Amino acid sequence: MNLTHWKLERDADGIAWATLDVADSTTNTLGAAVMTELGLLLDELDRQPPTALVIRSGKAAGFIAGANIEEFTAIDSAAAARVLVERGWNLFNRLAAVAYPTLALVRGHCMGGGFELALACRYRIAVDEPGTRMALPEVMLGIYPAWGGMLRLPQLIGPAAALDLMLTGKGVDARKAKRLGLADEAVPARVMDNAARMLVLSGREPRRLPFMQKLMNGPLSGIVAGKARKQVATKARPEHYPAPYAIIDIWANHGGNALAVPASSPSSLEAIFRSPTAKNLIRVFFLQERMKGFGKGSDFSPKRVHVVGAGVMGGDIATECALRGMIVTLQDQSVERIAPAIARAGKRIERKFRGKSREARFALDRLIPDPAGAGVAQADLIIEAIFENLDAKRALFADIEKRARPDAVLASNTSSLRIADIATALADPSRLVGIHFFNPVAVLPLVEVVKSAVSADEPFRKAAAFVRKLDKLPLPVQDEPGFLVNAVLGPYMYEALRCVDEGIAPETIDAALVAYGMPMGPVELMDTVGLDIAVAAGKTLAGANAVLPKALADRVAAGQLGKKSGQGFYAWVDGRAKKGTASAPPAGLAERIAAPLLAAARRCVEKGVVEDADLADAGVIFGTGFPPFTGGPMNLSRAGTAG
Amino acid sequence: MNQPIYIIDGARTPFLKARNAPGPFAASDLATAAGSALLARQRFAPDQLDEVILGCAAPSPDEVNIGRVVALRMGCGIEVPGWTVMRNCASGMQAIDSAIANIERGRSQLVLAGGVDALSRAPLLYSDPMVRWFAGWMGARSLGEKLAMIRRFKLGYLAPVIGIMKGLTDPIVGQLMGQTAENLAFEFGITRDDMDAFAVESHRRVAAAQDAGHFGEIVPLIDKDGTVYGADDGLRRDASMAGLAKLKPFFDKKYGRVTPANSSQITDGAAWLILASEDAVQRHGLEPIGRIVDTEWAGLEPERMGLGPVHAASPILLRNGLERDDIDLWEINEAFAAQVIACLRAWQNDDYCRTRLGLPGALGAIDPAKLNVDGGAVALGHPVGASGARIVLHLLHALRRTGGKRGIASICIGGGLGGAMLVEAL
Repeated sequence: MNLTHWKLERDADGIAWATLDVADSTTNTLGAAVMTELGLLLDELDRQPPTALVIRSGKAAGFIAGANIEEFTAIDSAAAARVLVERGWNLFNRLAAVAYPTLALVRGHCMGGGFELALACRYRIAVDEPGTRMALPEVMLGIYPAWGGMLRLPQLIGPAAALDLMLTGKGVDARKAKRLGLADEAVPARVMDNAARMLVLSGREPRRLPFMQKLMNGPLSGIVAGKARKQVATKARPEHYPAPYAIIDIWANHGGNALAVPASSPSSLEAIFRSPTAKNLIRVFFLQERMKGFGKGSDFSPKRVHVVGAGVMGGDIATECALRGMIVTLQDQSVERIAPAIARAGKRIERKFRGKSREARFALDRLIPDPAGAGVAQADLIIEAIFENLDAKRALFADIEKRARPDAVLASNTSSLRIADIATALADPSRLVGIHFFNPVAVLPLVEVVKSAVSADEPFRKAAAFVRKLDKLPLPVQDEPGFLVNAVLGPYMYEALRCVDEGIAPETIDAALVAYGMPMGPVELMDTVGLDIAVAAGKTLAGANAVLPKALADRVAAGQLGKKSGQGFYAWVDGRAKKGTASAPPAGLAERIAAPLLAAARRCVEKGVVEDADLADAGVIFGTGFPPFTGGPMNLSRAGTAG
Repeated sequence: MNQPIYIIDGARTPFLKARNAPGPFAASDLATAAGSALLARQRFAPDQLDEVILGCAAPSPDEVNIGRVVALRMGCGIEVPGWTVMRNCASGMQAIDSAIANIERGRSQLVLAGGVDALSRAPLLYSDPMVRWFAGWMGARSLGEKLAMIRRFKLGYLAPVIGIMKGLTDPIVGQLMGQTAENLAFEFGITRDDMDAFAVESHRRVAAAQDAGHFGEIVPLIDKDGTVYGADDGLRRDASMAGLAKLKPFFDKKYGRVTPANSSQITDGAAWLILASEDAVQRHGLEPIGRIVDTEWAGLEPERMGLGPVHAASPILLRNGLERDDIDLWEINEAFAAQVIACLRAWQNDDYCRTRLGLPGALGAIDPAKLNVDGGAVALGHPVGASGARIVLHLLHALRRTGGKRGIASICIGGGLGGAMLVEAL
């Protein structure tokens, strides 16, 4: 057998070990050539049947990352989509039908098509280590797992758990996989080969669903589907995101076979191919990969980080660093001011390491309260996150520069001041860059990395590499007020407030924008950020002479600052806004409020705040939650003018 | 001593009084928090340490070799050896002395050494009859055997053995530590009033030192709920002779003199020092706060263990040709007020000094203004493993503050030992 991507070996027990090691790539993906070779490999095993087959990966990175996404961006017709689906569906059906026992030995990531390949095996072993993750993320790209996932996953673990995985795209680790029945065993790497050999030869019956689960996967599937549809409806609308609805439909009504769906159905391959959502989501996926690439310009890997300012932003930035293994000194004026940040970190860390109390404790060990600011001298990276006052920041950096190591990266988390203005306080202004996080830091993936006119290249590249170490997305932006994200959010929120001034209820406005696809309405967002901050940011961004919307000015004057004061546009009880019922919005309300955002995004591109329109789209989507199915504000502007 | 042993810096946690329940921090939590904050302010990285040595009298079962556990938790890296020493109440001082030994041998240049204990977390143990019954139960196979075992069970088996009482009982003479203090009170004619007055003064001194900000060596702790522990919390600012008189003798019930109020408190805490050779000082550009000139360990009768400090400190004076007044400040750990008073009286006793301490005659009275200037364990508490390191560290701080040069820190040790260190402030 002469294969490029697979290696087939037979051992003394007659077990065939098929190792996937895709040529010229660090990760395994299931492109056309790899799938064709798998067919050839099965042909060979048909000629000379083994006692058993074990499929494993030859890559350090993981098992299989999924289909080859480049291949399906090249699909130019519904017919081509059908060919691609048929190839996987048929091949995995063939694998599932072989007479000899089969086993997938899953170590590291096992995503999408790779997951479906594993499902087609009789047994699965998940190697119990932090990198092991099994997921069907197709739905996040606006498509569905059509190579047998929708058929086999519900049969294996029951429809409720299966739909949960397929509709959210979320991953499970080895232990969760074992608990769900997705993996037959979760074992440490040191015994994985032995475990694979013993299990694949064991003759153990494949896992069977309990009776009730069987009913839910058969006669009762209509009820389960109805419930699932209702749940999805609270998160996504069918006209925005057709794929999750299609997954439910194909499972319940078409035996999990996308090829069996008639072209006229909204669940069909043809319909999914026609909808712009999948195209837009796949484009966003590639933009995300492009942003990840910005971190590759430097091998900077800070061990010690010093954060000044233990408010919500500073404390949360410090926590993310500690979670990722960095030792963090967190400075504020007194230990009492640092304590609330430690309490928040305790909760975040506990959530992150649920059930792993050792890891949680070690993460908290790495977060060191430092009221004296002693950590500056040892730090590889120093991040300032104090209140937005130019003089205070200048004084702080002048002091930090004297005590920091000459090679330490100095960064400000300012959202509304210019890096160049702060940098004038430094003997070497080229050292300062911006690393601008968004609140809540734990949730929002985007981080703007700001290069001022005088910033040197190296600290900027190091800053982007650091952002990647936190597994976030660095977006290079120029040193303009509000950078990209706040520059587009400001006019949008102000327009919403003008609508409030005109007498439209906040509930109505927020409901209209949520229907538009925003994760949270603009009025609620402003309450969450804090009205005083909105005023201060507004002044900086729009100029001191800009007219404040009356609704905003009145509330701030009355001390109603939003969520933190318990009252803003909404009353806040237990961290939730108490809202009345929304009435039907006036026609075009959402579009009216979004228009200034789109316009601001265009201005940012024209001014060169971001490198190009694609990055503006990515930045606004990942920084504000702007609806991904639209492909972003620039994409939407283009579609609007084209249509 | 072959070469100078420098102290670069040190830090400790606040000492947190045990309040009849497990405290907020385990021993390794305490040592990690204080050590991380101390290391964060150094000119060298934690992985440049040559070793970490931690004294601990009673680590919990999941903190075996707590020195290594803490070194890793502080981020010293896998290649820095961490180990644990145990010499009861002087475990922290032993850690320092072990660091000195390795620096003198040239095996180490830069060492983090200290002590810790979380006495509030001392375990409750099953009694021996309960353990034997339990073993029988595990061995019982049939229902009949199990029923027979149930019939043999006695409710009294469930009474726990309090781990800390075991730890505070001398295994040779079978006396509680407090009873050894009663022995000294009897021998030196120390009254209940003498002890209570000493205890009241200890609280007064700690209060004054807190108010003056003289405990700069403390690193505040924050637990994961955001509660701040900023200061030693065993201090009673309202301590008075009248108040202390109300307490009953605890160790020799009814007729004794030693009460919980004139004894050290049961407390959780950790203390660290960074020790360096001349070479390490040069290499990292360190600025020492002092040096350790000499150390001595002494043995005496277990039932008179409270006199350990005079037995350990006297040879140091002799060896270094020092008179009483060459010592600017003294720290004698206050395990019991009676025991410190006994030390002072022993040094004033010509016969005792000649026959037991090898001194040419009575050392004489130590000026109270030079002894435990900022109070001691009666008011601060005595987290056994940490105390020896605490008094060395605090002595250096106090010397630097008062402009003194030489000091002796000494400690009595359960089992009939004493430890002492001669330090010089720089």
